[in-house]
Amino acid sequence: MRGLGKLTLYNLKLYLREPMASFFTLLYAPMMLVLFGSIYGNEPSPMFGGRGTVDVSVPAYIALVIVTVGLISIPIGTASRRETGVLRRFRATPLRPLTYLVADVAVYFAVTALGVLLLVATGKIGFHLKFQGNVLSVALGFILGMSAFTALGYVVAGLSPSGRAAQAIGMFVAFPFMFLSGATVPLEALPAGVRSVAQFIPLTHVVTLLRGLWTGGSWGSFGKEIAVLVGVLVVGVAVSAQTFRWE
Amino acid sequence: MAVLEVAGLRKAYGPVVAVDGVSFAVEAGEIFGIVGPNGAGKTTALECVEGLRRPDAGQIRVLGLDPQADGPALRERIGVQLQQAALPDRLKVWEALDLFSSFYLRPADPKALLDRLGLTASAKTPVSKLSGGQRQRAHIAMALINQPELVFFDELTTGLDPQARRVTWDLVRDVRSEGKTVVLTTHLMEEAERLCDRVAILDHGQIVALDTPAGLVRRYAPEERLSFTATPPCPLQVLKALDGVTKVESEGDRITVLGTHPQLVGQVVTALTASGVAFQDLHTAQATLDDVFLTLTGRQIRD
Ligand SMILES: Nc1ncnc2c1ncn2[C@@H]1O[C@H](COP(=O)(O)OP(=O)(O)OP(=O)(O)O)[C@@H](O)[C@H]1O
Ligand SMILES: [Mg+2]
Repeated sequence: MRGLGKLTLYNLKLYLREPMASFFTLLYAPMMLVLFGSIYGNEPSPMFGGRGTVDVSVPAYIALVIVTVGLISIPIGTASRRETGVLRRFRATPLRPLTYLVADVAVYFAVTALGVLLLVATGKIGFHLKFQGNVLSVALGFILGMSAFTALGYVVAGLSPSGRAAQAIGMFVAFPFMFLSGATVPLEALPAGVRSVAQFIPLTHVVTLLRGLWTGGSWGSFGKEIAVLVGVLVVGVAVSAQTFRWE
Repeated sequence: MAVLEVAGLRKAYGPVVAVDGVSFAVEAGEIFGIVGPNGAGKTTALECVEGLRRPDAGQIRVLGLDPQADGPALRERIGVQLQQAALPDRLKVWEALDLFSSFYLRPADPKALLDRLGLTASAKTPVSKLSGGQRQRAHIAMALINQPELVFFDELTTGLDPQARRVTWDLVRDVRSEGKTVVLTTHLMEEAERLCDRVAILDHGQIVALDTPAGLVRRYAPEERLSFTATPPCPLQVLKALDGVTKVESEGDRITVLGTHPQLVGQVVTALTASGVAFQDLHTAQATLDDVFLTLTGRQIRD
């Protein structure tokens, strides 16, 4: 694992130096929360079973941050490093592929977690965000969702011929996910037709799981969500291991 | 002692045979050049040796190691500058060096290396903002950070202006004077001639000649070219009859004599004086590796 520490450090710095990436990872969701929180407030609403808009939005927006990093940042980052020859240069050193991968994944998890912390802090400070769950349980739900989407991100990177293609494919997949899964607009506010389509979108299961755990739901009641996400993770890892290329 | 031995190396990409049965050895402490036109197979051969591409056939030993089987151990001991590669755009020069030094067991002192390569002033500059020459020196720094015994430079000076090219040549000579072995590729015959102890000329994936630059010239383009102006009539027949003269050309009042005799100039001058011919503006030119390439392949390297 020689080189892991420095590679993680500089990957993190490089991520934060990309204005677009850091905006969408760190600031976009908190800004949406401020916007919709100011419009709707956080008063208990019958539509959300007595919870406020902000209380329901925060766990859903966590899924939004996850899909942004997973399906946009990871494919662009990996495919463009491959296209420009950064990966080739690393391959000419004794750096082990596994070390590279661990550092890469660690940074994507770290920036996503940072985005989530900023989101939660915005909710707490600005809108008296309520939390009835268990922190560890929600953290595990986050890790499961993020793992599945990280794997998907490497699949998109592996299948894309170039950085631009990765960006196009990632966004083409990510945008419908964002808007049809309940990550942006709550599923309760969407027509029934959309809700049935949503069941086929993996992100929906991240939203459902996180919203459930957020209000103290137990893991046992999310068998379907867990099964789908573990399935995506396993298939994603298998496919990305096959399609990953250094050049 | 050979630090690098290649025998019967072959590599094809589909129907394109990029390297077609290449064999050579590189001795410790030399600057060895692989020269050839675009598409000759230089990069392919080099990257097979570095372990970055898998050969179809042939044996390769680098520092006693097999590049495919002993990849990590080999990469610990060689320095590599690739023709097609990049550092992350927003990474600063010193950060890149700090990062790369963490990949190796025995890194060099990054500060001293930056200083030696004239990069101290640009240490905090992002890689994407460097000039062509600075960027190439940054790549040299990455290639030297592990104190390698053997360094590979692939088209190190391509795209640099003559001034930056000269600076780079001096850097390569410095590397060798520390006792390291250098293997480089270039399509500039002048570069090979000035820099390399021995040169392999690669064409269509095959080595067509391998020797010291002087040896190649002696063997494949031994003629010296002497030219002067003289008021006619000039005794062309007398010049043609001189020992070792192979050709005499005249164009207006300019006469060119080609020959291989070591005392070509003395002979011609003596003959002209004896015939009472007044001559001016005399100069001589030695054949170059460009002429060697022309002799060997029948075409200019830039064609
Ligand atoms: N990865 C590859 N896939 C397919 N063909 C390739 C690949 N790399 C090189 N080739 C082909 O192999 C031949 C030799 O290429 P190579 O890059 O080794 O030559 P070169 O001597 O380094 O040329 P240059 O001076 O342009 O760098 C060329 O015909 C090239 O098109
Ligand atoms: Mg090349």
